Amino acid sequence: MIDRDEVLHVARLARLRLGEDEIEPLARELSAVLDHVARIGELDLEGVEPTSHVIEMTGSLRADEPRESLPREVALAQAPAVSGEGFSVPSPQA
Amino acid sequence: MSTGQTDDVLALSAAEAARAIAAGELSSDELFDVYRARAAADDLNCFTWVAPGLAESAEDGAGAHAGTNATSDAPLEGVPLAVKDLFCTEGVPSQSGSRILEGYEPPYTATVVRRLQQAGASLLGKTNQDEFAMGSSNENSAFGPVLNPWDRTRVPGGSSGGSAAAVAAGLAPWALGTDTGGSIRQPAALCGIVGMKPTYGAVSRYGMIAFASSLDQAGPLTRDVTDAALLLRHMVGRDPCDATSLELPQTIELPRAERLDGVRLGVPAELTGGESSGFPGDAEGGIEAGVLAAFRVALDRARGLGAKVVEDIHLPHAPHALSAYYVLAPAEASSNLARFDGVRYGLRAEGAEDLLDMYERTRHDGFGPEVKRRIMLGTYALSAGYYEAYYGRAQRVRTKIAEDFAGAFAQVDFIVTPTAPTVAFKLGEKTGDPLAMYLNDYCTVPMSLAGIPAISIPCGLSDGLPVGLQIAGPAFSDGTLLDTAYALEQALGFDGSPARV
Repeated sequence: MIDRDEVLHVARLARLRLGEDEIEPLARELSAVLDHVARIGELDLEGVEPTSHVIEMTGSLRADEPRESLPREVALAQAPAVSGEGFSVPSPQA
Repeated sequence: MSTGQTDDVLALSAAEAARAIAAGELSSDELFDVYRARAAADDLNCFTWVAPGLAESAEDGAGAHAGTNATSDAPLEGVPLAVKDLFCTEGVPSQSGSRILEGYEPPYTATVVRRLQQAGASLLGKTNQDEFAMGSSNENSAFGPVLNPWDRTRVPGGSSGGSAAAVAAGLAPWALGTDTGGSIRQPAALCGIVGMKPTYGAVSRYGMIAFASSLDQAGPLTRDVTDAALLLRHMVGRDPCDATSLELPQTIELPRAERLDGVRLGVPAELTGGESSGFPGDAEGGIEAGVLAAFRVALDRARGLGAKVVEDIHLPHAPHALSAYYVLAPAEASSNLARFDGVRYGLRAEGAEDLLDMYERTRHDGFGPEVKRRIMLGTYALSAGYYEAYYGRAQRVRTKIAEDFAGAFAQVDFIVTPTAPTVAFKLGEKTGDPLAMYLNDYCTVPMSLAGIPAISIPCGLSDGLPVGLQIAGPAFSDGTLLDTAYALEQALGFDGSPARV
């Protein structure tokens, strides 16, 4: 159901590098799981509303007031690489 | 302290220990030291981090007793608490069982942990789990598998396997876990303890490293139902930092029901191996005979307490719950886990050519096989051309499942099922077959999709291994659910703790 090219396409969407040894097993496992979950296709769901949140809530947002945020040095403290006052990353273009 | 005294302390439930401390019969330092020593000597791989001893923490001000702000008459004063790795704890490693968060020490503490600390609980340690809570056996952890204290060749269940095994083995008086599709209830069942998933929203998710946000919920793993109620009592409440959190209509009281006169317990055919059971392929065997036998004994006990067991209720869409779950949860996970990109925290792969290459390599190196599988599954289900067939349909199935429960609760007060289809299985037995692993959640996933509270209590043994009874109630019935579980617990008289080591 899912072939090698599809696995590589989805992996690219997910920003995930796959080792050569990971591709075939993933194709097989994803196919098996998708085969199983595709059974929901047999149900008649015409006119059924989708549910994204099960408990009904209204007005649950807090007041939009400025608050103190994490100090910069604390936010940067866990970063693998820091440059000056920000996170350091490789250039977007090779 | 002599061995005899240590045994006396270990014999106390968390509620009893809290009472003994409040009455001045036990010192909190003594209690902490007993558990700290046991947690530090853990050979089941339950803990990923253990608090420093009292002397060390006094020196550097770190760890267990720092920053609790508890008053001396705080209700949980001095009772040590084990916390699943995925709860952020300030200055204490929090990796959610993943290599990609190697070395991460959060700058803040999860609301639920902070609340429990304010109630007097002290952080004993962080517990092992399946990576990002994805798994039913605790074999997907970057820290290696947890062993089941009942039989070390078997899994403790997952994903809160470290929390469950630690409580079962007496390495912690009680523990925090999280449940997305069964991750508290199933390991509680496989380890012979109590585990509860509260109503969705009852406990703040702020500071919980997210898996599937519309399903994730924190809950207690404890030795008995009274402890579960006591811990939950101090966990719940609205939190301005979590817009989905809410206030339960009643405070959680300690349970005291002795009888269940007139209480209607529904047995859904679809989740109890009945004729409408939708277990895919009989090859997997559905629910084990020994599990069903223990379940039937529990129903008899309930009848003995005056409950009315209603055998013919139906949850017609429950057989499709697992399919809907394995679309929705991975879809939400693929989005939540996009934040792990090697920029702000945790692991970063070396030698990348450019930014995209760095993202891709970091995620290749940092995520384990099951997490990759779910990210792929979720990304596929959300991708152009497949969204409506998978994600859209799964959300509609979720509506039908919630409607099924609403219909059932018009007929009965609670629904009872076995928690898991099998007792604890062998390490490695299901790692090669994702679908077989996912079937562990067959009886727990429907309640997760409906957002309703459900508890697992031990109801007997099969082949010498514990069996869990799941009781589920309507949204916001958490208090009466605990009462019902308590009455059944007393009647069942399960006295199973694995041999102490």
